[in-house]
Amino acid sequence: MSEAEAEKLSISLLDLALTFNHIALASFGGGLSAWSREVLVVEKKWMGDEEFLSAVTMCRILPGANQVNLAVFVGTKMRGIPGAISAIVGLTTIPVILILILGYAYFRFHEVPALQGVLHGATAAAVALTLSMAIKTGKKCLGSVVAVALFLGAFLLNGLIRFPLLGTVAIIGPLALLWAWPKPAKK
Amino acid sequence: MNVKTLLQIIGLFSSLSLLSIGGGNTVLPEMHRKTVQVYHWMSDGQFADVFAISQAAPGPSILIVTLVGYKAGGILGAIVATIAMMLPAGLLVYMVTRFWQNAQNSPLRHAIEKGFAPLTVGLVLASGYVMSRAADHGLHAYILTGLCTIIFVFTKVNPLIVVAVAGLIGYLGLV
Repeated sequence: MSEAEAEKLSISLLDLALTFNHIALASFGGGLSAWSREVLVVEKKWMGDEEFLSAVTMCRILPGANQVNLAVFVGTKMRGIPGAISAIVGLTTIPVILILILGYAYFRFHEVPALQGVLHGATAAAVALTLSMAIKTGKKCLGSVVAVALFLGAFLLNGLIRFPLLGTVAIIGPLALLWAWPKPAKK
Repeated sequence: MNVKTLLQIIGLFSSLSLLSIGGGNTVLPEMHRKTVQVYHWMSDGQFADVFAISQAAPGPSILIVTLVGYKAGGILGAIVATIAMMLPAGLLVYMVTRFWQNAQNSPLRHAIEKGFAPLTVGLVLASGYVMSRAADHGLHAYILTGLCTIIFVFTKVNPLIVVAVAGLIGYLGLV
């Protein structure tokens, strides 16, 4: 067993659940992907940037909520099925309780508790966290002209002209694979 | 809550789970059609409001299904809807992840990990851009976003502190 695998096993189910709970609660105002990277890659070092980024896009393409999918991916990678369940339970339990309290208040009193102002501020910061994630990961993986072109293509299509995600990946994805496909062994 | 409603909740959300290719937001129109027009669980305005609540609350925004299930069938409905929405897609992701791990040394995995990185950075920047267009109302909010971005990129301050301070600034009505 490699060192990495040995370390993998030492991550407890409780740790997985607490980690995803932390991600969920921190993302008040949005920016779940950026929070996931902060916690999973920067803080816990459970995966590198390349593995994390490719997992994010796979989780977006597959059916299901992106963040739930990412929890399943990371949980499975760490501890198999029990890990996936722990990660989902951690990600959703407290948010479900909070949202039920908010929903109860809404259906009972017909108004959303007045948190609008707090939310405006927190969202402005969540946007910033997402932008900074693009800057930090971009510094690492945009080292060649082709990489920059793939990055710009995805941003222009999905961000500026609002082309759907699946269409964007269908166009840029094959080009990215063609570029990144390992060259025949030159040993 | 009767058994019929329970079965409708399970049927609706487990099928939406597998249809939500590209994320939970893609099935919102269909969820709206079924819950408002077909099953009459809630009104148009209520659907819009629970959508807003689910966006604002911490955690995945797909938890809108928790509130729809709650309105349709109380606490039990809420729990059943949440599980039904996550289980089918979750199983699929589990199988893909297993396949992925077994493909550790395949050229496809190498190509996806290397090639999808720049693609994903583009998509992340796109969502930051779209979020800021939707969320930053006015010059003050843009300045706050700009300042926070600089702090995140150039310092090691815990992001949680920055978000909390930004929330306080919002609470004081400055953005």
